[in-house]
Amino acid sequence: MNILRLGLLRGRLEIKQFLRQRESVVFTIFFPVMLLFIFGSVFKDTIAPGVTFSQYFVAGMIATGLVNSGFQQLAITIPMERDFGTLKRLRGTPMSPASYFIGKAILVTASTLVQIALLMGFGAAMFGLDMPTSAAKWARFAWLIIVGSTCTTALGIAFSTVPKSGRGASAVVSPIVIILQFFSGVFFVFTQLPKWMQDFAAIFPLKWLTQGMRSVFLPDSFVQQEVAKSWEVGRTAIVLVVWTIIGIAFSIKKFKWSNS
Amino acid sequence: MSASAISIKGLTKKYDGKFAVAGIDLEVAYGEIFAILGPNGAGKTTTVEILEGYRFRDSGEVTVLGDDPQALGDKTYTWRERIGIVLQSSADAGDLSVRETVHHFAKYYPNPKDPESVISLTGLAEKADDKIRNLSGGQRRRLDVALGIIGSPELLFLDEPTTGFDPEARRAFWELIKTLRDEGTTILLTTHYLDEAEALADRVAVIADGKIVEISPPETLGGRHLAQAKITWVEGGKQHERLTSTPTSDVATIAARMGGEVPELQVIRPSLEDIYLQMIGHTK
Repeated sequence: MNILRLGLLRGRLEIKQFLRQRESVVFTIFFPVMLLFIFGSVFKDTIAPGVTFSQYFVAGMIATGLVNSGFQQLAITIPMERDFGTLKRLRGTPMSPASYFIGKAILVTASTLVQIALLMGFGAAMFGLDMPTSAAKWARFAWLIIVGSTCTTALGIAFSTVPKSGRGASAVVSPIVIILQFFSGVFFVFTQLPKWMQDFAAIFPLKWLTQGMRSVFLPDSFVQQEVAKSWEVGRTAIVLVVWTIIGIAFSIKKFKWSNS
Repeated sequence: MSASAISIKGLTKKYDGKFAVAGIDLEVAYGEIFAILGPNGAGKTTTVEILEGYRFRDSGEVTVLGDDPQALGDKTYTWRERIGIVLQSSADAGDLSVRETVHHFAKYYPNPKDPESVISLTGLAEKADDKIRNLSGGQRRRLDVALGIIGSPELLFLDEPTTGFDPEARRAFWELIKTLRDEGTTILLTTHYLDEAEALADRVAVIADGKIVEISPPETLGGRHLAQAKITWVEGGKQHERLTSTPTSDVATIAARMGGEVPELQVIRPSLEDIYLQMIGHTK
């Protein structure tokens, strides 16, 4: 299958390019680990029996990793490629757009997995993060990564049509991610946030991803600390799938290969 | 398969209610180098981007290699395998080397040229392992050309390919284009350099304000071959000047009269530039 063959080639090229851009490697891979180190070292309080804020924070950062690698990375780099004329040039070749997106998905998957592995490793080594305790939790972890990553990739491609230029993309995209991090239970314990913030965050995927990751990494007893007193696994799946569909529909309708 | 590589009838395209292309007809034969010459904003790039399938026309008929570029459907990718495009501007992020990029693009096509020979053909052999970001403007342009020809296209589009080249690089580029022509590639070139059209093109279409002013071989453009030549020379210590449509016999007569060398003899034909400026001036 030619589309898949070229998609794999694109993926390899994307990873090669990614690794050569030092800023992107530092920003997407090491920045979350640095944040983990800083926050984890400062806020060591116990927030529930047997659960420290550090552990809570690691779960949130792993969820954020999906948003960083998918949404943030794509919504910033695709407008740059559009500005540079890379997309227009590719459009003129026999390579199908599907191959281009497969290449992006491969890059997102690779950087997500590396980021999550690093966060888990550091979290376990320094802040007492427990690995998932049952096969069911590992399975949930796996589908959260797959569905979550698909969702943020679709949204990243869709949102790449919003920034007017590659130069300005980061200024448009990063604040959205940072605000959602504050509202969705990454930097603060979700239940300590005002109700309106919780309701706002519940519209977007990140809140559901952080809750899902807590269900994987925190003890079952912690569920009593959640707003709904439940992990709401089914609802999480629905929210992520709906956002994925919105992202794909929007991408198909709006994706542009050049600015003119 | 149609008889022409490119066939355009009654092509129009409006932006914001204003015609960018206002009714163009032209045919480009297989194996031909065809130049579209015109000032900035004349509609050159719009026309070419419609042919390349980047833009949709408002009206008219277009076939490129036998197919309508905006109604390709399933044929899109097989059609794109047969064309090569060198866009007006592109500046990839540049973290890959020239060699990596050319080899990568070669894999998009079923019958690519050998990437190494394309690299040397475009004069990039010494820069093959340099990152694209470290290339000069002219070198980047040559990389654009390398990526345009890597798929062994039957039809190559070159949109103002030598803008920003120094004279030496331009000559080298012209040689490359002639090599491709000799291999049977059909080439559609847009340019605002007259000497480029004159050096390369079998035929030239001059366009201004979205319309074709004339299509002809460069040597007969604007009736240039019929225009009167000016002869100037010095005779009896005085500057003489004569307009004539028979310069050869006139010079022979003068030479015979003066018994040999004619001091400061010049035969001046109107340059392509003179004709061209007159042509695009006419439509304003």
